[in-house]
Amino acid sequence: MVNVLWLFLMLSGIVVAAYHGKVDAVTKAVLEGAKFGVETSLGLIAIITFWLGVMRVAQEAGLVKVVTWFVRPLVRCLFRGVPPDHPATGAIILNLSANILGLGNAATPAGLIAMRELQKLNPNAEEATPAMCTFLALNTACITLVPTTVIGIRALYGSREPASIIGTTILATAIGMTVAIAGDALLRWWHTRRRGAKW
Amino acid sequence: MVTELAKWVIPGLLFVILAAGFYRKIPVYEVFISGAQEGFEVAVKTIPYLVAMLVAINVFRSSGAMAEMVGILQPVLSPLGVPPEVLPHALMRPLSGGAALGIASDIIHTHGPDSMIGLLVSTMQGTSDTTFYVLSVYFGAVGIKRYRYAPITGLLADITTFISSVIIVGLVFG
Repeated sequence: MVNVLWLFLMLSGIVVAAYHGKVDAVTKAVLEGAKFGVETSLGLIAIITFWLGVMRVAQEAGLVKVVTWFVRPLVRCLFRGVPPDHPATGAIILNLSANILGLGNAATPAGLIAMRELQKLNPNAEEATPAMCTFLALNTACITLVPTTVIGIRALYGSREPASIIGTTILATAIGMTVAIAGDALLRWWHTRRRGAKW
Repeated sequence: MVTELAKWVIPGLLFVILAAGFYRKIPVYEVFISGAQEGFEVAVKTIPYLVAMLVAINVFRSSGAMAEMVGILQPVLSPLGVPPEVLPHALMRPLSGGAALGIASDIIHTHGPDSMIGLLVSTMQGTSDTTFYVLSVYFGAVGIKRYRYAPITGLLADITTFISSVIIVGLVFG
């Protein structure tokens, strides 16, 4: 899909430029775009380097543990098919807490462990279980507290208040997460009914 | 009020995190350096993504194709409060984080970070995740072939965050 979109942008751009009789604009746009890409990345190095340094301190200081207190009840409630003392539960809680804090590099290993543990509870090895679907729904539509990268880009291009979008981000992700939870519950109920058997 | 509070988030978080590190007696400076080292590598790795995407979107715009697309979609999207320029971002976001970031930077650069469209795309970039990428990595890791309804839930959440971003940004900054 990324391939299709990327090809579409490039090829339709070249065709339209030729149609408008300004193919030379393409060459200029390529060079400008590449330069702009490198400049933006270089600008981003500043904030990503600093922020990942701070987040490492947060991780070592045990901030993820604080967040798990809030996440635990939610996970208990949503994953009734998974025993509370099963290793999958711990990994799910850790993954979601790290996701909320924006600790991507702590979230992914925990998420993969969660999937491996959920797979052990799966009667049909090639088919996703309801618990897996719930987990990935939460994982992809998780509340975001600090969208650091985009704040960095805003600062780079001279925003008066780079962090002004934190509030709107938290609100929009909270709504997204609520809908993901509701949609997952609804689809699970519908699929269970259609199959006529519990799985 | 939402923007007023937002000012405090980063200084507040910095204070809480560093104070917690001090309280837990961890070597704050050394730990910061080791994390920052990794951050530098992450930032360098985004260069190819941003170059690929910014070249494509720049060709698309300077050829006039973007203007054609905006012209076609304007009558449909504008009454809904959606600027057509953000459409490539909305399509790319569930597929590739790096590519979406490229489009977002281009829009922020072109329209200004504090313009309505800049604020909207900033919020969109911050909100949803690379749904399809996450699904393929996590399901792929354990050999699941039938995803069931997981992609539908993911897509539903992506569409919801998109619509709520449009509405919330309109209410807060409008």
